[in-house]
Amino acid sequence: MNTFDLLAQGLLVAMQPMNLLYALIGVTLGTIVGVLPGIGPALTVALLLPVTYRLDPSGSLIMFAGIYYGGMYGGSTTSILLNTPGESASIVTALEGNKMARAGRGGPALATAAIGSFVAGLIATLLLAFLAPYVVAFAIKFSPADYFALMVLAFVTVSAAFGDSTLRGLTALMIGLTIGLIGLDQQTGQSRLTFGLRELTDGIEVTTLAVALFAVGEALSVAAAGKRAPDTIEAVKGSVWMTASDWKRSWKAWLRGTAIGFPIGAMPAGGAEIGTFLSYSTEKALTKHPEEFGKGAIEGVAGPEAANNASAAGTLVPLLTLGLPTSATAAIMLAGFQQFGLQPGPLLFTSNPQLVWGLIASLLVANFMLLVLNLPLVGLWVKLLTIPRPWLYAGILVFATLGTIGANPSPFELGALLVFGLLGYMLRRFGFPIAPVVVGLILGPMAETQLRRALQISRGDLTTLVASPISITLLTVALIALVLPIILRMRGRGQVLAQLASDED
Amino acid sequence: MTPTEASPARLNEKERRPDRAVLAIAVLLLILSGVVGYAAWSVSARSVAYGLGPTAFPAFVGGALLILSIGTFIAAFRNSFPERDHDEIAPVLWIVGGLLLQLALLRTAGFSIATGLLFAATAKGMGRGPLWLTVPAGIVLSFVIFLIFTRLLQLSLPAGPLERLIP
Repeated sequence: MNTFDLLAQGLLVAMQPMNLLYALIGVTLGTIVGVLPGIGPALTVALLLPVTYRLDPSGSLIMFAGIYYGGMYGGSTTSILLNTPGESASIVTALEGNKMARAGRGGPALATAAIGSFVAGLIATLLLAFLAPYVVAFAIKFSPADYFALMVLAFVTVSAAFGDSTLRGLTALMIGLTIGLIGLDQQTGQSRLTFGLRELTDGIEVTTLAVALFAVGEALSVAAAGKRAPDTIEAVKGSVWMTASDWKRSWKAWLRGTAIGFPIGAMPAGGAEIGTFLSYSTEKALTKHPEEFGKGAIEGVAGPEAANNASAAGTLVPLLTLGLPTSATAAIMLAGFQQFGLQPGPLLFTSNPQLVWGLIASLLVANFMLLVLNLPLVGLWVKLLTIPRPWLYAGILVFATLGTIGANPSPFELGALLVFGLLGYMLRRFGFPIAPVVVGLILGPMAETQLRRALQISRGDLTTLVASPISITLLTVALIALVLPIILRMRGRGQVLAQLASDED
Repeated sequence: MTPTEASPARLNEKERRPDRAVLAIAVLLLILSGVVGYAAWSVSARSVAYGLGPTAFPAFVGGALLILSIGTFIAAFRNSFPERDHDEIAPVLWIVGGLLLQLALLRTAGFSIATGLLFAATAKGMGRGPLWLTVPAGIVLSFVIFLIFTRLLQLSLPAGPLERLIP
């Protein structure tokens, strides 16, 4: 069966009324939390995981994907009107978008962001659909050693390649790996790092850790900052519609942003924000209006927003085809799959094509819903920005603990939430990235399993790790990604990498 | 702090002094490395027939943490961590206190009261009061959430005296 047939079948699944409803709930929630400053899509999916135990798998996964896409749309609204990006992938949008809003052109800025997100989301989701079968055909031949090499690459790119310090990135990763060690060894059943506590034998839940790091840690860090963070909302003045010249200047930027964002998301290379920075500098270099950059150039909003959404779709390529999460949100979505006993990867495409293709098709549907939600209804979302911070964060903590209590109402679990929340606060305070901790927790045990499997097959021969062209290539790239940034930083080029810091997505 | 450190005399010298908080992080990483290393050593693993046993990966992580701890010590002496703004402690204590209170009361007082107190404590920490108003507001909010999630989503949440009032 070719991709068109599969996608058509997927559309039939996605168009079922219940699935449409899940998608609508997902994109609405995603937009809401994307708009709220301080909550990103990773946290939302983590919060919602425990409450969806009872829902059916394809429905909840469609909802999570809707949240992911919706969060990407909503984040741009916050950046443009508030200058405090709701999620890290929207930082660049704030550069030009907020300037446009201050100049009374907030409407067109929001419009180009929404339409750009739509165009990019549409193209990138189709690319995902057509690329996935090829990656699956390739990945089905992967040996455990190849998988291990792939995970090493993901570890390096998530923790060390970007951000302002290899030391802190790797430290965050190792903290994540340590937390991943807690519990029973998957192969021998030996308990490790449990200190004799029965509660620890099952290990630490990804959702507990993510909610603690993102929600509790963020709340503590915002509270500790006191009145340091000022925020003023720019009212949307004038027409929401783009002029002919706005369209003319935007459409190429959308396409370029998509072309930049998708491959970056699809490679195991960390978050969506990298593409947005590259797109911004591309637009700045190519524009016919260089004098407007820094004062509100519409290309500077259109390109990065498209790149942002294209890489969100791109991230789903390694997640669905290889089971490899390359961002915090993807890591939590993987936990969502596992909650239903599903393991993303090449096998899922053959064992459960309905679910996979239904999910991909529902992303197309979600994209249309988001365009409708974000263009005419943008005024509604803007009102969310007026919620005072104390109420907002008090509410966030209520929901954060609700998810944990709902999953496992034990004082132990809440204690873990508090301990990891304090960890999240300290990580933020000292400039450690958060995403490597989450990715380390979920990917660590998987990497260990693949490594041990590889060495079992080879009867303990370590050269098996570099025995195939695939693993050699992947490990070489990983080594370059580890060493090159250190050299760049030593030569004082570190600020570029610091800007590419991977935080939440 | 010793008096010499408190003296405002030479700012330059102060900058060259190791960053104490970062030193503390290095020590914590060292301890963590020791704990992970000990765990690797203490697993009563019969070595597996081929390949790696359950101790290899912890040993690697422990070793990596040791190296990173040394790196952090060096960073502390070089003062290479990013500058930190002054953080206020009181709001953090309010939120931590709220979470502890919720943890302690959850089983006896039930979801609504315990979570309502967390709500009020967080708002208080971030500068909104008064508690006599925010505590009842938080409890009402949590009670509504309790109803929605237990009735509509069949989530099981701990019930207390308040939740038992409704049939």
